[in-house]
Amino acid sequence: MAMAHALASSIGGIKTAGDLVARMQLKKMRLTEAKAYVADKLGVSTFDLSDSTLMRTVREELDIGTVTAVPGVAKGLEAKTRIADLLDIKINCVERLMRKTGLVRDPALEQAGRR
Amino acid sequence: MGDGASVEMTRDELRRDLIEGTEMAAKRGKIPMLTENELDYLEDMFACPSRIWGVERGHEAVMSKDGSVNTLCSSRLSSGVAAPIGREAAIRLFETAFAYDSMEVGHTDYSVKPCKFLATVEQEHMELLQQITILPLFYGFMPNLGLYYRPDGAYANPSDLLPTGKIEEARRTQEEALEACQQDTIWLSEKMVEVAADGINYDTVASTGDAEFLASLRACEHITKTTDMAVEIGMAAEVVLGFHGELEYDGTRLAGLWPHQQMKLVEKAGASIFGPVVNNNSKKSCAWNVARAVTFVKACTAEATIPVHPNVGNGVGGVPMFEVSPLDMVTRASAAMIEIGKADGL
Repeated sequence: MAMAHALASSIGGIKTAGDLVARMQLKKMRLTEAKAYVADKLGVSTFDLSDSTLMRTVREELDIGTVTAVPGVAKGLEAKTRIADLLDIKINCVERLMRKTGLVRDPALEQAGRR
Repeated sequence: MGDGASVEMTRDELRRDLIEGTEMAAKRGKIPMLTENELDYLEDMFACPSRIWGVERGHEAVMSKDGSVNTLCSSRLSSGVAAPIGREAAIRLFETAFAYDSMEVGHTDYSVKPCKFLATVEQEHMELLQQITILPLFYGFMPNLGLYYRPDGAYANPSDLLPTGKIEEARRTQEEALEACQQDTIWLSEKMVEVAADGINYDTVASTGDAEFLASLRACEHITKTTDMAVEIGMAAEVVLGFHGELEYDGTRLAGLWPHQQMKLVEKAGASIFGPVVNNNSKKSCAWNVARAVTFVKACTAEATIPVHPNVGNGVGGVPMFEVSPLDMVTRASAAMIEIGKADGL
C-alpha cells in the first residue's frame, strides 16, 4: 500500500527533495509554498525537486545525505545539521545535538554543572 | 469495486458512477460537486488499461505515514507481513529503499493508553533513529478514547449506558474519560518533545466520536502553544459521531462535522497537517468511491491554510476495503487525491 502511493505520488524522500519539502510542511507551508521555498534554497526549479537524476548530484554537492550508500557523505544528524542551515530552519534533534555537545550555550546544563 | 473485486464497466457506466459519487458527497457535505473537466480526468484515468497510474511529473506531493512500520513488522491487523526485522531497520528501509518523504515511529500497540507505559522505550527508539536518519520523524499514536471505558478502562462505558436511556450518565462518563485521554495524550507528546521528535501524529482521531475529537484538539492546542512541536491530526472517519452530542470546541459543536469543517478546528488547534478521512462503500465501484472521496478532500484543500494529507489506506479515500488492495486502484486513488483533490500529501 505505502509503496503504491510512493510510486504514484511521492516526491521521493531523500532520493530527491521529498524530506526537505516535508520539513517545510511541518512549518505549516502548503505544498506549492513549501516546494517554492526549498527550490529557492537549493537553487533549482520546483520541477527539479522530484528529479532523482538531478537531485542525486545536488544532494551530494550540498552534502545533505544521499539515498545510496556513499562513504564520506553526511549521514543522519550530520546531514540534518546541514539541512537546518540550508533551509534556515530549526530542527529539533539538531538543536539538541548543539546543546549536548556544547556548540550552543545551554543555561540549564550549565546550572546542572554538566557543561 | 470498493471491496477489491474486479468489475468491467462501459464508459457510460463509469461516468454515471463518477457523477453519482460526487453528487453523494456534495449532498452530504453541502459542498461543490466536481467540475466536468475533473470528471473527464477521472473517467480517462479509470478507462485507461494501464496497470499503474500516477500524478503528472512536477505534481508530486509529500508522503506521511500512520501506523509506523506496521506494514513491515506487524501482522494481518495492519496488512503487515511480520518481517523479521526491528523497527529501526524498518524505518531505514522506508527512508532509503522506499524513499518515503517522512516517517513515523510508533508502537505496534498503537494507542496512547498502552504506549504511555512504554514511553521510555519509545523515547529511546526515537533518539536512536534521530541519530541515523535524515527524513522527518513523527511519533504516532491513537488517542483511542474507547480504551478508557470498561472493560478495558476505569470509566463507565457509554455504549452500555445509551441503550438503557441513561443519556446524562453517558455524557458525564465521556466528559470524565476525555480528560484522562487528553492528559495522557499531552504527557506522551511531551515525552517526544524531550527526545526531539520532528512531529507528533495523532492518528485515527474521533474513533469514539466527539469526546475523543475534543480531547485531541485540546491536546494539540496545548502542545503547539507550549512547545515548537508540529502536530498532525489524522481522522478516523468522515463524520464525527455524536456519542455525546453537546461537546464544543471554540464554540463549534463537534458532532456531525464533515472533513472540511473538521479541518477548520484542526487549524484553530494549531496543527501543522490535517488528515481527512472519507469512508468507502464496499458495494460501490472504485470510480464512485474515488469521486466521492476527492469531492470531500477538494472542499478541504480549497480553504485550508495548512497542508492536507488525506488518508488513503484500506477502506478509505477511494482505496478498496481489502487487506491487499489492487495496485491499479490504489495508484488511481492516490493520483486523484492530488490532481483533483489538490492534496498537499497523503
